Amino acid sequence: MIHVVLPFHLRTLARVDGDVHLEIEGPATLGSVLDALEARHPVLRGAIRDQVTLIRRPFVRFYACEEDLSHEPPQTQLPAAVVNGAEPFLIVGAMAGG
Amino acid sequence: MSRVRVLVGTKKGAFILTADGRREQWEVNGPHFGGWEIYHLKGSAAQPDRLYASQTSGWFGQVMQRSDDGGKTWEAISNEFKYDGVPGTHQWYDGTQHPWEFKRIWHLEPSPTDPDIVYAGAEDAALFKAVDGGRTWQELPGLRSAKGHLWQPGAGGMCLHTIILDPKRPERIFIAISAAGVFRTDDTGKTWKPANRGLKSPYELPDPDAEVGHCVHRIAMHPSHPDVLFMQKHWDVMRTNDAGESWSEVSGNLPSDFGFPIEVHAHEPETIYVVPIKSDSEHFPPEGKLRVYRSRTGGNEWEALTRGLPQKDCYVNVLRDAMAVDSLEPCGVYFGTTGGQVYMSPDSGETWIPIVHDLPAVLSVEVQSLP
Repeated sequence: MIHVVLPFHLRTLARVDGDVHLEIEGPATLGSVLDALEARHPVLRGAIRDQVTLIRRPFVRFYACEEDLSHEPPQTQLPAAVVNGAEPFLIVGAMAGG
Repeated sequence: MSRVRVLVGTKKGAFILTADGRREQWEVNGPHFGGWEIYHLKGSAAQPDRLYASQTSGWFGQVMQRSDDGGKTWEAISNEFKYDGVPGTHQWYDGTQHPWEFKRIWHLEPSPTDPDIVYAGAEDAALFKAVDGGRTWQELPGLRSAKGHLWQPGAGGMCLHTIILDPKRPERIFIAISAAGVFRTDDTGKTWKPANRGLKSPYELPDPDAEVGHCVHRIAMHPSHPDVLFMQKHWDVMRTNDAGESWSEVSGNLPSDFGFPIEVHAHEPETIYVVPIKSDSEHFPPEGKLRVYRSRTGGNEWEALTRGLPQKDCYVNVLRDAMAVDSLEPCGVYFGTTGGQVYMSPDSGETWIPIVHDLPAVLSVEVQSLP
């Protein structure tokens, strides 16, 4: 079970109170966890990554186990501690002023 | 008794202001979508409790919302805006060609007869249409064939910000794009042609009479006279009597002919309103006096409307989509400011009353007159 922590605005958009808990079939990668998240909450399509290119939006970041995975390719395997639920997968709205 | 519902889009959420037909006691509801930029909300004339909203964020992109109960509850609808085919390119700041990239929806225009049909004006400029209440969007790509390769973004972005559906000829649509101009279709969006003859932009364009490239800020129409359009351009207030075939200037005695919104009285097709702004470099009212100007002669002769508006130290702006009228008698006129005030005049502009003082910067104002 993977625990995904969403930023405030995406929790509101998805109408969830806390973390999102996802079971991933097959390899737990950056791409597959985002696929599963968007399948569970279709309203998040386009809010984290472009709907067509699947490229991460510029001011969204991905953190896990104190590592920044934002620039890693979608097939990147998530850390074992995230896959077994010991650590969360963080989707973060970047500091961008305003 | 009739009611009015004012839909206010702001930099940090949407607000819904309601009153009965006397327009004296207002209820303020919101923020909806708190923290998000709400570029525009608009209700369906065919089904007034159906509202469409454009919700955007620099972080999380475009979300589209629909309400079927007048804004009490909302449902996210499709936010997938795909340019038709290979998107192609338009002019870029450095003179090169740049691919079309979707950024946000600026304006929503529901069909006056079918609540499931709604048009959406995008940045980068394109027109999208939904016929299923917003579950899917299709581009009307013929528009970008109208010299789209020559369009170039202005400082505010290359946005399609105005959509006017001709109430007498359903196959005719006018749209306006910043730094590109006005375009018209007479076949429901299949083909388009520029409608900018008579516009002059000597300070912005190398050819002041160019067919495209004029920075049109807003156009407005009275539904009883659909061949007459009024325009607030970057500089100049203009009108056409022949559906955009030719335009002539009607700035007359305005203290400045720079501004953003322009609106037509609900019952008097030759009564129009603008809010002059000092200049393209200083987006605030001349002399720090917030004045709406009204012409009862379709332009050229203007009178300042000031009663109830701040007449000193006022440096707000009124953006292009932030003025609207109701259809009650007498006609109510409404506008929102970048300082977060929404002003209302219950008597066609003679007097003004702030409905709210302290909202976030107002991006758009629409009014629904309800039974």
